[in-house]
Amino acid sequence: MVKDQNHLEKTASFCLDFAKKLGATDSTALVTHSVSETVNFRNKKLDESERSDNLGITLTTYIGKKKSSISSSNLTENNIKTLIERCIETTKITPEDEFNSLPDKDLLAKEINDLNLYDDDHIENDEKIEYLKEVEDSAFEKKEIINTESGFSESKSNFILANSDGFLNGYKSSSFSASCVAVAKVSNNMERDYEFTNVCHLNDMSKPKQIGRMAAKKTIQKLNPQKIESEKISIIFDRRISKGILSTFASAISSSSIARGTSFLKDKMNEDIFAKSINIFDKPDIVKGLGSRYFDSEGVKTEELKLVDDGVLKHYLVDTYNGKKLNLKSNGRRDGTSNLFFEKGSISYQDLLKLNKRTLYITETIGHGSNLVTGDYSVGATGFVVENGVFKYPISEITIAGNFKDIFKNITIADDLEFKYSTNSPTMLIEGMVVAGK
Amino acid sequence: MNDFFSKTDLSRKDAEAVISETLNKCDDGELYLENSKSESIVLDDNKIKSSSYSSDLGYGLRAVTGEVVAYSHSNEISKNSLKQSANNLSSTLKSKKGIYNHEIPKTNEKLYKDINPIEEKSLNSKLELLKEVNNYTRAKGGIVQQVTASFAGEHKSIEIIRAGGEVLTDVRPLIRFNVSVMLEKNGKKETGVYGIGGRQSYDEYLKNNNWKKVCDEAFRIASVNLESKAAPAGEMKVVLGPGWPAILIHEAIGHGLEGDFNRKKTSAFHNLMGQRVASEGVTIVDDGTLHNRRGSLTIDDEGTPTEKTVLIENGILKNFMQDRLNARLMSTRSTGSGRRESYKHVVLPRMRNTMMLNGKYSQEEMIKSVDKGIFAVSFGGGQVDITSGKFVFNCTEAYEIINGKIGSPIKGATLIGDGPSILKEVSLVGNNMMLDPGIGTCGKAGQGVPVGVAQPSILIDKMTVGGTQL
Repeated sequence: MVKDQNHLEKTASFCLDFAKKLGATDSTALVTHSVSETVNFRNKKLDESERSDNLGITLTTYIGKKKSSISSSNLTENNIKTLIERCIETTKITPEDEFNSLPDKDLLAKEINDLNLYDDDHIENDEKIEYLKEVEDSAFEKKEIINTESGFSESKSNFILANSDGFLNGYKSSSFSASCVAVAKVSNNMERDYEFTNVCHLNDMSKPKQIGRMAAKKTIQKLNPQKIESEKISIIFDRRISKGILSTFASAISSSSIARGTSFLKDKMNEDIFAKSINIFDKPDIVKGLGSRYFDSEGVKTEELKLVDDGVLKHYLVDTYNGKKLNLKSNGRRDGTSNLFFEKGSISYQDLLKLNKRTLYITETIGHGSNLVTGDYSVGATGFVVENGVFKYPISEITIAGNFKDIFKNITIADDLEFKYSTNSPTMLIEGMVVAGK
Repeated sequence: MNDFFSKTDLSRKDAEAVISETLNKCDDGELYLENSKSESIVLDDNKIKSSSYSSDLGYGLRAVTGEVVAYSHSNEISKNSLKQSANNLSSTLKSKKGIYNHEIPKTNEKLYKDINPIEEKSLNSKLELLKEVNNYTRAKGGIVQQVTASFAGEHKSIEIIRAGGEVLTDVRPLIRFNVSVMLEKNGKKETGVYGIGGRQSYDEYLKNNNWKKVCDEAFRIASVNLESKAAPAGEMKVVLGPGWPAILIHEAIGHGLEGDFNRKKTSAFHNLMGQRVASEGVTIVDDGTLHNRRGSLTIDDEGTPTEKTVLIENGILKNFMQDRLNARLMSTRSTGSGRRESYKHVVLPRMRNTMMLNGKYSQEEMIKSVDKGIFAVSFGGGQVDITSGKFVFNCTEAYEIINGKIGSPIKGATLIGDGPSILKEVSLVGNNMMLDPGIGTCGKAGQGVPVGVAQPSILIDKMTVGGTQL
């Protein structure tokens, strides 16, 4: 399905050679190819099929400390030549920036240990349809469910990254995913929820019945929500939401935010930013990991980092350009984190629910309410009221607000870490959030 | 006109033959071809951070029968690739039979000029202006810690070939100019962002030192926020300013009135047609025909000319926004709302420029009528849960209102409400309708498309404000 290494290498080398011929002192070329096939179902009937075939290049050229880049999916030789000429002309008149350069040669990835990120298995659309039928049949076992939408997607991709210092590497990866969105209705209230599976290898997918039943269960639980009074209260983030706290943390320690001074975590290196019990890892070498990678998009090798050690910030996410600005070496995080996770805590999920007499258990947030400059946080939310460890009733149309500097210090993590996304967190309790309702 | 067939082994005749054969037994479909050029030039931290240019070419072949859509896209325009796509479509629709609807309305009007904004302004003059923006903004004082400014330009040519060989084309320019400022005072940091844009050349928007107004506005918003105090938490009255705050309408009402969610009965509005969904004074339209506006299109991405669609008239729900597929299944006509981000995406019914029309009250009257509440002037992004109807948006400039007077600025907070009921809470509609500055991008199902919004000031009797001050 996807084009082989040789084909992509030829295109990459052509770009580097032609750029050099036109006067580039350095250059980097990335050639990617991906093919994906998706089938969507709705209310137990076929709704949509989609096939996607994308081949593209990105080329960055340097003339001394000047830099510019082009990208294209129009890969006729003539067009590529015209674009590279344009790129060189642009580079010439773009002002110099002393920090522009290729990565240090000694940081480039050399050997790679196979992490089993590619599964050659292909599943025909007819088989995808069988899977989705079972997903939706299991969702419709519940009479409250009035509508389902489900999808199955298979994608394969391959890429080559090459630079004028001789780096030339790339690899194939695959992804298989299925999801189900269910809508439930009672009298005048409709609610929606979902379940999904997303893995590198076909055989690791969840069973269709699990997906359908879980989507139905989660949706029905949300029916007839209430709006509650405004109050200051401890809240629990379901694993779907708690990982978002990690994503915000990752954005705030990106070397670009730090170098620009636009992060609330600037100047916090080696300081306590989380509760003492918190450890955060970024581990790129998990076998079949959804965020696993061998090197970043500059070719710099990525190794495991313990970003937070006993609550203390130990690393930023550094690329070459911002690293030079901050006088730090790249740690291969040009593209952000790989498999980012909180080390699991020591308290069980059940005990976490019982820690407070009354808590709000949040299953979904909406809105983009994280301000990375100030650390202010305010989002819409839905979830449940939990009393003495027991789920009482669903709630909606509330907001939760606080500041990340306080939130980070008031986190307790359960022991239920699982690797379902590339960024993963166990269930999380945060003390003292302000909830706005009635 | 762009010739998509000049550099390939695929002739126009071959393509037409494949299209007609593939769509022969289908209800609808087309070959969509797209050639787009785009640029991005960013100044940040006193330097040109990036200058990039992109050139993309590709096609999407679509076949629709009954409720089923089969789509295949590739950036390789060739005999082989198109044949493979056609086979893929046929295998999905093998057991279905439809009757091709050849009817498609036409227009001779053009809503924007056939220009390439990227080439109309030289790279040197763009770089020069970014430097000027940086100097001008930083000269406002030592509290300016960071300035980011950017040009984004696009030139997109599309061609739609329908079964039977009918061809529809459009050339779409689009630009955006943006400035973001971060200030620091007494250890407190705040940002302000402002931008302008639309479907004309950069200079149309920047001339007469207009770019300075963009810098001034970004600086002003950040300055206001430096003085902000914690926002209140709980239900209260909210006055929305004119223009960009209409993204409330976009989120709360707009998405819920898109045809697909209503055909599928997953929208909270699906059974409310002809019923009262807003107060008497509220009229909302979705208009794709405003000249040069960011959300305007001469034809949509299925070839249908856009129109001004009345969604809500004096509080009564009148129409949904439709593409061809949902219109056919709901026995109505397309409103020219079928849009896609690019050839890599399926068509969905989408908003264009969504506007609440003028009422008769002044903003002053609204503020005077509020004992305790907030006055929201500008917003960041918003989001909606179509099914439950709950929506949020984030204030980026807001003030408290106490005893009919505007008080201190308050920190950014999320406002949350319920789509089907919020417009019934609108008690006063202003007489000061304003269009947004041309910066909106709407996301749906992973596809981003440019949109516009407009509204006069409005008073909402009850909304939940997500601050930290109980």
